[in-house]
Amino acid sequence: MSALDAGNEQVIATYNFAYLDEQTKRMIRRALLKGIAVPGYQVPFASREMPMPYGWGTGGVQVTAAIIGPDDRLKVIDQGADDTTNAISIRKFFERTTGVETTTATAEASIIQTRHRIPETPLTAGQILVFQVPIPEPLRFLEPRETETRTMHALEEYGVMHVKLYEDIARHGHIATTYAYPVKVEGRYVTDPSPTPKFDNPKMHRNPALQLFGAGREMRIYAIPPWTEVVSLDFEDHPFEVQAFDRPCALCGAEDVFLDEVITDDRGGRMFVCSDTDHCNRRQAEGHAGEQAA
Amino acid sequence: MYVAVKGGETAIDNAHKLLADRRRGNRDVADLGLDQIMEQLSLAVDRVMSEGALYDRELAALAIKQARGDLIEAIFLARAYRTTLPRFGYTQPVDTGRMQVERRISACFKDLPGGQLLGPTFDYTHRLLDPALAGGAAPETPEVRDPDGAPMMRVSDFLGQEGLLEPAPDAADKPVPDDIARNPMSYPMDRDARLQALARGDEGFLLSMGYSTQRGYARSHPFAGEIRIGEVELEIAVPELDFAAPLGRIQVTECQMVNQFQGSAKAPPQFTRGYGLVFGQAERKSMAMALVDRALRATELGEDLTAPAQDEEFVIAHSDNVQATGFVEHLKLPHYVDFQSELNLVRRMRAEVEARTETHQEAAE
Amino acid sequence: MAETDFLSGGLADPVIAGQSAFRAIMQAMAEPGTIQAITDCPTPPKGLRRTMASIATTLCDADTPIWLDPELAGNPLVVKWLAFHTGAPVTADSAAAMFAFVSDPSSMPALDRFAKGTDAYPDRSTTLVLAVDGFDRGTPLSLTGPGIEHLRRFTFAPMPEAFIDQWSGNRALFPRGVDLILAGPEAVACLPRSTRIGKGED
Repeated sequence: MSALDAGNEQVIATYNFAYLDEQTKRMIRRALLKGIAVPGYQVPFASREMPMPYGWGTGGVQVTAAIIGPDDRLKVIDQGADDTTNAISIRKFFERTTGVETTTATAEASIIQTRHRIPETPLTAGQILVFQVPIPEPLRFLEPRETETRTMHALEEYGVMHVKLYEDIARHGHIATTYAYPVKVEGRYVTDPSPTPKFDNPKMHRNPALQLFGAGREMRIYAIPPWTEVVSLDFEDHPFEVQAFDRPCALCGAEDVFLDEVITDDRGGRMFVCSDTDHCNRRQAEGHAGEQAA
Repeated sequence: MYVAVKGGETAIDNAHKLLADRRRGNRDVADLGLDQIMEQLSLAVDRVMSEGALYDRELAALAIKQARGDLIEAIFLARAYRTTLPRFGYTQPVDTGRMQVERRISACFKDLPGGQLLGPTFDYTHRLLDPALAGGAAPETPEVRDPDGAPMMRVSDFLGQEGLLEPAPDAADKPVPDDIARNPMSYPMDRDARLQALARGDEGFLLSMGYSTQRGYARSHPFAGEIRIGEVELEIAVPELDFAAPLGRIQVTECQMVNQFQGSAKAPPQFTRGYGLVFGQAERKSMAMALVDRALRATELGEDLTAPAQDEEFVIAHSDNVQATGFVEHLKLPHYVDFQSELNLVRRMRAEVEARTETHQEAAE
Repeated sequence: MAETDFLSGGLADPVIAGQSAFRAIMQAMAEPGTIQAITDCPTPPKGLRRTMASIATTLCDADTPIWLDPELAGNPLVVKWLAFHTGAPVTADSAAAMFAFVSDPSSMPALDRFAKGTDAYPDRSTTLVLAVDGFDRGTPLSLTGPGIEHLRRFTFAPMPEAFIDQWSGNRALFPRGVDLILAGPEAVACLPRSTRIGKGED
């Protein structure tokens, strides 16, 4: 009998809570525990095909699906925003498969799944931040072979990364890496913060929230427990520095936040606004206003 | 005043509605039935089953319909469904020596027991577009062989008798094969895991990789020892029974490539094997798979690693079209946060270069 | 419980119970030395602690060889219950186990008898599940490391023999090493290999 025979159509339509079968969840859960026990180490896991494409957040979705329960409140962001299409699509996926409550408010979420940003609102103990990671291996673009990079991690041989950063300095006078800027976790593993702008790197350091990273296509899970030391690689004479914007958010007036550049007309007009939409909306609701506020 | 773009959810819903409309096309044209796809686009169904790693003709047909004929999209649909299925157990190895053969050819021998059996092949068709087919002409009734024919001995078994062909791997050496759908891949891989990855690898990618070995990038002197297409019996061991329980029959294509080999420090001169096994009728894929399998055995056979097709990590990591299409297409997703970071950097570096040039000019004046 | 009654004692809603047990274990692993309650546990036969049964059903299956200490291995009902409810194969080789269940930590084998993983794959190590009587007694310990803001006081009993020395040996292997899940009567606490342990007065 095929899966499409009469009376069997529901078999296709009915999935387990949070989509994944229990065996898959157990496999991911075991990988998560190992990742937490060895902060920054990439644990191989038998990533599954998901109903969204590889590269579109399948790793983060699998991690969230393995941890989420009926009492959770989920927030999903992409580029810092709750209303980008892929964030909407992933949020809907979990609404349909778990029925959990969702929110856009960073402070109210127990699980936040993110792509490319860490929220501006500081996270608190008990919250879980799930990163979608495309290429989990920080050494990949210096050495494409997994067999080689695994040995480099095993031997704690990270010279090639320092050489790369130093070549930047020699050539440009400063480090020319602006996102996916490598960090060292608890003094041991060089780790990819996922392609967040380096602006967000300091937020990873001694963060009270649990940070989980899922790379579906590359089949790796890693973790940074709360309060863990996360140091961006640098040199004594060229210390790590984050991007600075020379103006505040045009809508809420926030300074010291990451801004998106928005093109407003075809004559070169542009404005800079918060990438974190929740942060920006909250500030505006509190009465803060930028120069182009409503 | 600037208002941020909203309404993403409505936009997504509308896009899905438009997709459904375009998929259906002109309503005056009859809706395509899954039976039509299964019967008349059967090689597309076979490809979706093999690369989707799910043997179900009807679901494959549904996937093709849903994907508007985009086979990689259909393969993705099949995989995403497959991944949710519970796993009841593993079948016994299929015995292709007992295959009910519909096509069997060997390029190594003029004739052999069982004969050369062309079967339903494109091979000697003249590739002339056929207006009669467009008109829906009914085909003639073909001659078919008695389906209860005795098992046909494999060419590799003849060659093995003389000891000139390396023996097939002994199942006892690895009683429990790997399962790439359950275990994360790690390099270097054993051949069983590698063959699993190749069996669901992208046909086009394997075709190009196999082709490259024929053009001298790790030449392996291949001969199509045998290609056979037909049905094999699936059986599963049930602890409560003292015989293997039959599950049914599936159609597969098997290619045994025989490669001349001059010997190395590790192995004597002999013929070696490259192996391809694919769901359904998929001759091109099985041949390409066999060429790539043989190339990837370079380390095992003590050959020099000189070419892309011999590079296990390169080939296996890039052979899966569901992974590849996902990551290539993810570039459509917003990346404006990272782009903003790069924008700032490029502006800063340009300003630095301009400042340096100005200083230089002032000094020269 | 009858001799053959190893089929019972499962969970009414294993999906949600497994999820909430996992969150307790994960939180305990992420914040070493914190005590996390597991509310909805299965009802295993006598000899297997309920929280331990919960850990087993939450994390173990046919893909995870488990090792049982002599007391558990010698209890046929426990062995059958675990086999039926998890499907995990039992191994006699402690270094081949992905999980080890210990009902009496004070007489357990040394930590280094279990799988410690390799430098390339430190995750290929044994997770030890130890039954403990509680977290309100025993030698005071002070914990530092990932998951701990400054320093966390922690106790559990009974302890494996010469535990603090054994643990510093385990810590010295980092990133290799074993991780501990301590299963109390109602709650769990964890000691991942990343945690440094000093005596309480340090």
